[in-house]
Amino acid sequence: MEKDTDIGGRERRFPATRHSMVEGARSPDPEQRRLAFERVVQAYWKPVYVYLRLRWGASAEDAKDLTQGFFARALEKRFFDPYDPARARFRTFLRTCLDGYAANEQAAERRLKRGGGVAVLSFDFATAERDLPALSLSTGEDADAVFHREWVRAVCAEAVENLRRRCRESGRERALAVFERCDLSDLADADRPSYAALAAEFGIPLTEVTNLLASARRLFRATMLETLRVRTASDEEFADEVLWLRGRSSA
Amino acid sequence: MTLPDATVGHLLRIAGGAEVPGWRYELREEIGRGGMGVVYRAHDRELQRDVALKVLRAGADAGDLARRLHREARVLASLEHPGMVPVHDVGVLADGLGFYVMKLVRGRRLDQWAAGAPAMSERLRAFERICETVAFAHAHGVVHRDLKPGNVMLGAFGEVLVMDWGVAKVLSDAGVASAATAVDGETAAGTVLGTPGYMAPEQAAGDSRAIDARTDVYALGGLLHFLLAGSPPTAGPLPRGTPRPLAAIVQRCLAVARTERYASATDLAADVRAFQARDPVSAYPETPLRKARRIVSRYRVPIALVLTYMLIRVALIFWTRG
Repeated sequence: MEKDTDIGGRERRFPATRHSMVEGARSPDPEQRRLAFERVVQAYWKPVYVYLRLRWGASAEDAKDLTQGFFARALEKRFFDPYDPARARFRTFLRTCLDGYAANEQAAERRLKRGGGVAVLSFDFATAERDLPALSLSTGEDADAVFHREWVRAVCAEAVENLRRRCRESGRERALAVFERCDLSDLADADRPSYAALAAEFGIPLTEVTNLLASARRLFRATMLETLRVRTASDEEFADEVLWLRGRSSA
Repeated sequence: MTLPDATVGHLLRIAGGAEVPGWRYELREEIGRGGMGVVYRAHDRELQRDVALKVLRAGADAGDLARRLHREARVLASLEHPGMVPVHDVGVLADGLGFYVMKLVRGRRLDQWAAGAPAMSERLRAFERICETVAFAHAHGVVHRDLKPGNVMLGAFGEVLVMDWGVAKVLSDAGVASAATAVDGETAAGTVLGTPGYMAPEQAAGDSRAIDARTDVYALGGLLHFLLAGSPPTAGPLPRGTPRPLAAIVQRCLAVARTERYASATDLAADVRAFQARDPVSAYPETPLRKARRIVSRYRVPIALVLTYMLIRVALIFWTRG
């Protein structure tokens, strides 16, 4: 059997040394907690915003305030401290916290902006709002599915950004360009360019296309794993997320 | 940057390995999840058919789990029976996770099937098939240890399959395939594997040395209880109106002392078969009156014919004399 068959790429085992943002967000050290918290916010603000817009029916302005408020309150009240990786995925836990927060806010009809420790973070709400029609609620999709779907999208986006950075740092711009053309285009699978078309487009031999693409995809699998590792709190949760994503590979 | 749905789906296929040229299997959706592994529907590109691919759920105890997954594949491969799922392939993924490939069973789990309220005779026939498969495994020195409705599948063609042999115990003194016996040290003493509600007392107590075929007989009793009541024995007694011999069979399976249970799944299946044929059931000692009732119930048509004939004869005699 071909060994390069999995999400981890060739001979890659789960990376175990990356610092978990989830663990950091629960750290007793305030500075470490603040830094980790900012990463949690960066990783989750968009799924949270979209979820509030689509599932809670919040207006754009309310959703912005609620998103800011949720993270500010989470930092202030240390929402994530009781998280137990043995009981649930972190993203499920965060979504449950968000539902509780949104329900309270809705009941109290409070829409006060909260600064807290995250006001300095810039949320690109304009982009999120522009993308909203394309992310609209599918018929029959439940509350969990919306949040988790946006979580998957955010994980993929972060992994792609990391891939771009690593390709540029290691001088693999051409592999990145082939990957972007073949795998990042907004095309149905049947419409993706053939290897021959890519070879003609880039003016390189067919074999080089396959090599470049294989190398970029391998690197992408590695960055996906790293992204997941950072977003999870334990080996168990990490493996669980990897397997869960595998199960969505045809979704 | 917002990735469109189509791009996200494509990236997930790349990340999941489905886009890797050369790998025989293309992963499709997740179809099951248990304590040990996740099962996906996958497509075998070589043979152009769908299969079930079970991947180990890694974790802190991945070493032990990996051994169990491998052992499950070997146990299944060593037991060829219509009630067992055939294993096609076994291997290790690039990230070190073990997997094995088996036949994709299209059908329903026992609990889903039973929810459709099939006739008592159908339920008992399905139960007999389960007993036969388990008895076959016992004959080869393998105890399942996690029999429950979720681990039994009824296929589209009426086949009954016993699934999930991941926590099976291979008895060292039985003539089982050498590949399976090599991994018998699977559970440290005191480790509890199984499902509450169907787990025998000795298993719940973590007494791994006391595990034998009668441990599965207990779980089979739980399964029979489920088929009769729609719930495990811990959820309540059998419903009123359950035939007494059947209730006695369940009771005998669920005896706390192993020595009071059926010695084998074969004996249990024989008793269930006897009940269906209205023959004496070993778990239900008969008084003469009960025996008479059973015989009357079993031969009610010929008895009715004879009685009718005799009544007509008597009536004729009186009529001719009168």
